[in-house]
Amino acid sequence: MTALALAGAVRGRGPALRLLRRYGVYAALAVLFLAAVVLDTGFLSAGNVRIQLFQVAPTLLVALGMALVIGTEGIDLSVGAVIALAAAVVPLYIGWGLPVALLVAVGLGAVSGLAGGAMVAFTRVQPIVATLALMIGVRGVASLINGASAKPVTDPALLSLGSDAFAGVPLTAWLAAGCVALTAVLVHRTTFGRQLVAVGDNRRAARLAGLPVRRVLLTVYLLSGVLAALAGTVIVGHGAEADPANQGRNIELDAITAVVVGGTPLAGGSVRVLGTVAGALFMQLITAVLTQHDVHSSITKIVEAAVICFAVYASQERGTR
Amino acid sequence: MSPTTPAARPLTRRRPTGAETSAERLAARIRRHGALSVLALVVLLAAVFSPGFASTDNLGAILGNNAFGWLLALGLTFVILTGGIDLSVGSMYALGGVLAAWAAQHHGTWAAVLLPLAVGAAWGCVHGLLVARAGMAPFIVTLAGLLGARGLLQLITGEGTTTYLVPRESAFRALGEGTWTPVLISAALFGLGAVLLTRTRFGAVTTAIGGNEHAARLMGLPVARTKTLVYVLSATLACAAGALGSARLGSGVTTVGVGYELTAIASVAIGGTLLTGGSGTIGGTVAGVLLLSVIHNLIDRSASQYGSAVTDTVNGAFLAAVVLAQALLDRGRRDE
Repeated sequence: MTALALAGAVRGRGPALRLLRRYGVYAALAVLFLAAVVLDTGFLSAGNVRIQLFQVAPTLLVALGMALVIGTEGIDLSVGAVIALAAAVVPLYIGWGLPVALLVAVGLGAVSGLAGGAMVAFTRVQPIVATLALMIGVRGVASLINGASAKPVTDPALLSLGSDAFAGVPLTAWLAAGCVALTAVLVHRTTFGRQLVAVGDNRRAARLAGLPVRRVLLTVYLLSGVLAALAGTVIVGHGAEADPANQGRNIELDAITAVVVGGTPLAGGSVRVLGTVAGALFMQLITAVLTQHDVHSSITKIVEAAVICFAVYASQERGTR
Repeated sequence: MSPTTPAARPLTRRRPTGAETSAERLAARIRRHGALSVLALVVLLAAVFSPGFASTDNLGAILGNNAFGWLLALGLTFVILTGGIDLSVGSMYALGGVLAAWAAQHHGTWAAVLLPLAVGAAWGCVHGLLVARAGMAPFIVTLAGLLGARGLLQLITGEGTTTYLVPRESAFRALGEGTWTPVLISAALFGLGAVLLTRTRFGAVTTAIGGNEHAARLMGLPVARTKTLVYVLSATLACAAGALGSARLGSGVTTVGVGYELTAIASVAIGGTLLTGGSGTIGGTVAGVLLLSVIHNLIDRSASQYGSAVTDTVNGAFLAAVVLAQALLDRGRRDE
């Protein structure tokens, strides 16, 4: 109940409270980080930090694409299936070298994203339904390609992408950071970013104002597919095996959670790229802290649920619906 | 777009007037009942081209095995009509099943019926209050509900290691036996749902909220109460469906229900209910759930020899095709 009172207090109308709401996820992240360090002195060891970064990088890649899609008032449920698709094709083409395998995976992710984008842009099908159909279909294609068995991968370049570090930071984290920077520039510094936000704010008004609504929608779903395929390749490299049946399961929910906890509204019209990063790190930290202290996964789920609710409740202004 | 369609339709559906030709009237009717038209077509084609589809055994399997799952879509219809969404129904289904089996094992038949209903109603009430009173996004609240209900379920079953069995002599099992008991229970509840939606104040307010929540509030309609109640209804139905499912299976299976919410949402959407709320029918949802079940059965029968991968692929492609066909048939219901 104190949590509710606290959240309620945060929803007031003062400028200080508005700041807290806007940057609340960073504050929460800082508090949680401190708690993690205090609770577990080994938390800041290089090894542990690296493990956390390895785990969060794929989710973050997917969440970036998801943030763009949610910004246009859409949702993309097919990202987990695209990861499975990437896991299915990477072992087939890795013999030609990593660049070729990566290109094929990303190309297929782009095609899948375009298919979802086309359904959303050209027909009256709602994003959740369109990408749901896509999710089932793409998962099927993935298991068609691969059968349902996990395959070990041994290509040194791929394993290095998945598990090596540069300057003490995992390559996957560098990759994710690069994608974060590009996405932030795209959203906040380009015409496309403004168009994306306008489409999410009011699709009809954007169309009447002459914005290329369909092109924007196609592009965001395409990017979401590309980023998911990239995440899939990274996951395969890190796990040293391709397992389309299990890799990427439920990642869509993790990604959506990261985006929303980061302050991007599901109603579209605004994208918080850095907030998404903070959201992903925040959820990763919760899971890490709870598992390190041997809390059952059932309790972990319940805590995560409560945290999502609290974060969203606290970040709303009172009286806005 | 056909050349006869005006660019901007009025919000009300056009009733056919005498000025139209009978062909136009028929086209309008088919458009209004897109899911039903597609369902009729699919059943007709299946009966002709798929040997054994129309056999009593097969039709019984389609109806009996899926009837309880359809209840998820019934509750969701009300939620979606208000412009909300309930992602937790799959988890609630699993939770209801485990609770019912546990209660049947320890406290008898009545407990097996009442406990899931009570837990579902309480859980739905929390969803409803967070959405209606705290103004939170339904997607987030029920996503948290999905996680929380799974967590609770794992807690009850010791991380899924304990399976509670419904005692063989328990009268509770009678609720899930055979083909017709589930279908009758389901049909009765759908009938009640239709009455609730079309013949009561609650139903009218539900639709009004989805049409324009702000206007509904200004008119003095009980918006918050109604919104809370639709989530209660959805969670209670999902829990009850899970309980009935465990009566049919004889045990509370911890792993069921994953992804059920997506199928239920798809059924509602295919049935012509707008996910933005304000327009939809229980009849449409019935057509939607039947259509998905029939398609699933057809694909299982014809493609299962090639393995589950092919089944999934065809299923997804078909679902996409149906959704697209339905959306195209349903032109002019939205201005975008």
